[in-house]
Amino acid sequence: MPIPITYNLRSLRVRWTSSIVAVLGIAGTVGVFVAMLALAQGFKATLVSSGSSQNAIIRRAGATSEMESVLTRDSIRVIQDASAIERASAGPLGSPEVVVIAPFPLRRTGTDANVQIRGVSPLALKVRSNIRIIAGRFFQSGMNELVVGRNVALSYSGFDLGGTVRFGGGTWTVVGVFNGEGSAFDSEVWCDANVLNQVYQRPPNLFQSVTVRLASPGQFRELKDALTSDPRLNVQVDREIEYYEKQSRQLTTLITVLGAIVAVVMGIGAVFGALNTMYSAVVERSREIATMRAIGFATGSVVASFIIEALCIAFVGGILGCIAVLPLNRLTTGAMNWQTFSYLAFAFRVTPPLLIAGLLFALLMGLIGGVPPAIRAARAPVASALREL
Amino acid sequence: MVSVDVQGSSNALIQVRSLEKTYHRGSEELHVLQRLDLDVEAGDFVAFMGPSGSGKSTLLNLLGGLDTPTSGSIKVAGDEITRLSAGELTQWRARHVGFVFQMYNLIPVLTAYQNVELPLLLTSLSRSERRRHVEAAMALVGVADRMQHYPGQLSGGQGQRVGIARALVADPTFLLCDEPTGDLDRKSADEIMDLITRLSEEQGKTVLLVTHDPLAAQRAGAVLHLEKGVLVEAAIARTAG
Ligand SMILES: Nc1ncnc2c1ncn2[C@@H]1O[C@H](COP(=O)(O)OP(=O)(O)OP(=O)(O)O)[C@@H](O)[C@H]1O
Ligand SMILES: [Mg+2]
Repeated sequence: MPIPITYNLRSLRVRWTSSIVAVLGIAGTVGVFVAMLALAQGFKATLVSSGSSQNAIIRRAGATSEMESVLTRDSIRVIQDASAIERASAGPLGSPEVVVIAPFPLRRTGTDANVQIRGVSPLALKVRSNIRIIAGRFFQSGMNELVVGRNVALSYSGFDLGGTVRFGGGTWTVVGVFNGEGSAFDSEVWCDANVLNQVYQRPPNLFQSVTVRLASPGQFRELKDALTSDPRLNVQVDREIEYYEKQSRQLTTLITVLGAIVAVVMGIGAVFGALNTMYSAVVERSREIATMRAIGFATGSVVASFIIEALCIAFVGGILGCIAVLPLNRLTTGAMNWQTFSYLAFAFRVTPPLLIAGLLFALLMGLIGGVPPAIRAARAPVASALREL
Repeated sequence: MVSVDVQGSSNALIQVRSLEKTYHRGSEELHVLQRLDLDVEAGDFVAFMGPSGSGKSTLLNLLGGLDTPTSGSIKVAGDEITRLSAGELTQWRARHVGFVFQMYNLIPVLTAYQNVELPLLLTSLSRSERRRHVEAAMALVGVADRMQHYPGQLSGGQGQRVGIARALVADPTFLLCDEPTGDLDRKSADEIMDLITRLSEEQGKTVLLVTHDPLAAQRAGAVLHLEKGVLVEAAIARTAG
């Protein structure tokens, strides 16, 4: 049987002050690590929730984002004839769209940030069923009217219901606020696509993308095959959900990589804290260790015992770090979406898997900080350790 | 019977032959034990005396498998322990040796009960069997009412009793006591020596004792002096048994 764990727990309790540095080092590292991942996770979740599995987004072939794409009204007509698209009384559920970005002052800082303005079809709410008007009404076709995502209403000045804003050479009235359920649309402003083209003096027959609602999610392939094989069209067809997932990738990867670098650098510091604590524990307890070895506990038991002790320290640090970042959960922040060059609001998401990852990271630091002192403890010659008073 | 001038093999429990231990301190060689011979039979109670630095602890550590000799042989109950690997030696200690230390060496964060239980954790005994053994050992040494006390809450004499209970709880082949009364006042020392004597006489334990105290040594069946690296038989104070 191994050295009882009571031995380690009581030793830790008795000498708890000498473990503080190690605990705090690990807690801080885990906190930063989890916070960074929660940031990436929140960003990704926001973009991914923008897409629906029942929707497809169609762009010109080769366009990496909506901004670079062009579709003519004629090709949009061809697209909307596809049989896989759901039909309502008003016609096929498709929304030909144009996007522009325009700077507006943030309420909090007064500085400008880019807002994505999306010209949509009057059917847009039928195509994107996850979006609901929560105040006012939807815009009227042909009018200089805006409906704004709830984050826009909250974060920028001038977007109060009934207020007017100027951009693109036109004056617009805010007639409604919509709830995009935490998606990227919450950070967007919507208006009539035709009006937006007019105001920006763009050719009236050109759009950038069309988002269509499939009769059923299973018909995506059918739609894609029909459109890509049509000789009149030169388009790429993506599931909306995948399109947004792809958009999130660059920034989530960046945050994750940065997070990993910071975590490793801090982790090295925390490991040294753990090493220091454990080495001094081993030195202070050399007589106890020698006594256990004399009684007949194997070197492996001693190594295991001190590793367990280091893991206990790390676990406490990990728990503290996780508790420290819990308040970040759902805290809204924002970042530049580099695919659209607009500012995107999203919330930290401190999920259980992230907390578990944080704890595992803490245990890893404990292990690295615990193994060398544990080995030193087990290697010390018993006879001479017993000789020392 | 203990003897120090033996050659060849015998039937003794502990047979030490030509034991040498040399320490190196820089370029200096320190020949602490020089071709030392010793036979100890089961049930013997032997006291080792000698001036400080004469090698008493060194000898005890070698007999207890805590250290390895420079040369020579140590046979205990037929096992040549000098040939055991470090891992085997650890297991051998758990089965055969009960150590009693001058400073008791109790684990301060464990209760008296848990300290005494430690050697039993290395056996296959069940929890309840362990409890039985621990209680019996603690009752035998007279600290049955101190089980839940921590070492810091015990007097010196009580601490050493707990130390002795821990040494004998797993019923080792022999007890090694290195100055067990060296840190105690006269009264406590006498009580501890009473206890060790009783363990030898009533329980038939084999006891090897290192002491500076002639009164303590007197209790042993044989007193051996360590001089210039070998053992010399002193006056035999009492006949064993
Ligand atoms: N690891 C070591 N390295 C070098 N020399 C050592 C070592 N251990 C012991 N010695 C030396 O060996 C000699 C014998 O030491 P030992 O501890 O066996 O003496 P002792 O008889 O027990 O003395 P005391 O009565 O003071 O306890 C001493 O001179 C000591 O300094
Ligand atoms: Mg000594």
